[in-house]
Amino acid sequence: MLAELSDRQWLWGAAGLYAAGVLLGTISLLRGGRTSGAAIYGAILAGYVLQFIGLGLRGHATGGCPLGNRFEIFQFTAWSAITLYLVVGVTFRSSIFGVFTACLGASLTLASLSIPSWDAIRRTHIFGGNPWIELHAALAMFSYGVFGLLALASAMFLLRHFSLKSKHLGGWFSFLPSIMDLDHIEVRLLGAGVAILTVSLAFGWVYWSRDTSTVGHLKLAATVAVWIAYAAALGLRIGGRLLARRFAWTCLALFAAALLSLEAVEGSRHPAAAQASERIPQ
Amino acid sequence: MSEACLFVIGASHHKAPLEVRERLAIVSEEGLRADLAAVPGLREFAVLGTCNRVELYGVGEDAGAEASVQAAYCARQRFNADEFERIRFRLMGRDAALHLFEVASGLDSQLLGENEILGQVKEAYTAAQSRGTTGAVLNRVFQRAFQAAKHVRTHTGISSGRVSVANVAVELACNIFGSLAGARVLVLGTGEIGEGTARAFRSRGAADLAVSGRRIERVAAVASGLGANTVHFDERESRLSDYDIVVCSTAAPRTVLATSAVDAAIRRRPARPLLLIDLALPRDVEPSAARLQNVFLYNLDDLARIAEQNRSAREAEIGRCKAILAQRADGLWRQVQPHLSAAAPGAGAPRRGPDAARQGASP
Repeated sequence: MLAELSDRQWLWGAAGLYAAGVLLGTISLLRGGRTSGAAIYGAILAGYVLQFIGLGLRGHATGGCPLGNRFEIFQFTAWSAITLYLVVGVTFRSSIFGVFTACLGASLTLASLSIPSWDAIRRTHIFGGNPWIELHAALAMFSYGVFGLLALASAMFLLRHFSLKSKHLGGWFSFLPSIMDLDHIEVRLLGAGVAILTVSLAFGWVYWSRDTSTVGHLKLAATVAVWIAYAAALGLRIGGRLLARRFAWTCLALFAAALLSLEAVEGSRHPAAAQASERIPQ
Repeated sequence: MSEACLFVIGASHHKAPLEVRERLAIVSEEGLRADLAAVPGLREFAVLGTCNRVELYGVGEDAGAEASVQAAYCARQRFNADEFERIRFRLMGRDAALHLFEVASGLDSQLLGENEILGQVKEAYTAAQSRGTTGAVLNRVFQRAFQAAKHVRTHTGISSGRVSVANVAVELACNIFGSLAGARVLVLGTGEIGEGTARAFRSRGAADLAVSGRRIERVAAVASGLGANTVHFDERESRLSDYDIVVCSTAAPRTVLATSAVDAAIRRRPARPLLLIDLALPRDVEPSAARLQNVFLYNLDDLARIAEQNRSAREAEIGRCKAILAQRADGLWRQVQPHLSAAAPGAGAPRRGPDAARQGASP
């Protein structure tokens, strides 16, 4: 019976489990008790497994990493963020970070599943059989997942900052990590995200330098702009010129911009890939 | 044949004011234990004495044992028996067990939900157990009390938040810096409240403390007591950037930290926040400093309000905790009753002495 489920059904299951993680955390916080870290982590882990199966089925059907339309990109970004959370999230020693991560996962997956037009056309073999281009795309999307977690940490920083400035420390504010811990998490995530995106762009550059016509100008400009913006933010943070609230707001704004830039990437797929792909209307 | 009974008699802050509790405080625990060991029909006992309570837990072969225990205590303390009768409480059976559960959980404490009492109950139990004055009943009751106390502290908000000004200040610092091990603390002023707050920081791991004030001898004495360095009072503003947390409690008639000085300090260390805790009246820090980026300023009213909110939040949990503890006490009582029947007269000799210590304790 399970073998008959479609990739979207698996992904709905994953979205439901991420939403369950949010619900568990919210109920726990509203009741004023401690958040159940193990239960939230378990819900996220179970959702991750279902999403892994769903994306695996999709990847098998499309003949490569499933990044052929906006639906797949959002799903892959959520999956990347959850991957990172599952690997390093526990070291943050904050179950509320799990609630925020579940919220990000649920938002991205439910949004992509709820808008049919995003998955109206499935493209296959979009990387033209070139594994380096596939790696480039996968790493780029993974870095977006890291930036997604960075946005979460930034949102938590702003909430903690607000609670301290407004002198409201009770309720669910009490579960937030300290300002300094969040700042350290932000810097580490930004560093990791920039490093991964840099490697991704390096792979892409090698391919592009052989034939500059293979990548659309809009995609090139959008991708490089995102990379420059994040690298500049990292440089300014390390140099002590972009700090605290401004740094957090910048990380949030950059993630919003990065998601918007996907529109440009989606709208200017390179001609070779477009030719290589076949479209499967839903 | 009458059934043995579990009981507790004692007096606490609820009915006994401080001057009475001073007289109730046990002068010689060993002497009292020796007296209680001689009480006829008393099979098991444990003595809990803290600054807020004296409680004598016992298992008697009949209901009369607790009267003898009370008489022995009053005689040992030279405390008027009639006066003790007016202030004491006396609980029997399941209610006695429930009382211990509530005491260990901090529900009966003056400072609701405080943690220290659990350690004190454990010490009292360990002392009784090591001297062989506990047996099958008290061992079970105390061990279940520890489990119940741990459960309510973990699963309810009875111990959440801090309820004293000094601890609220430390909690605030933890919300900003996480671990206090690397935080540098400057105490401006040598008043009692500032010193108490500095001690609270020290107890939570702050290793780098400095004290500054106008009265050099007093500063040296306070610094010595805290194991802290000293900073010349005139250098307080120029050296402000060296510190992460500044606790102000001077008696100065005007502010001693200007916003401009705080601004200059934060510019020299932009990546690290600065927490200013102003416990002075009149205030030591210009209120406009609170508007600076990465500066967090809290005064005495702010801290008192947070402490009060935390206290209210704990009070809101009382009903939930009592329900949990009552359920557990009921469960315990069902298990303990057969032991009490077995402990009836003639059922066996009382457990006293070093060998007995090994018999009653559960693994």
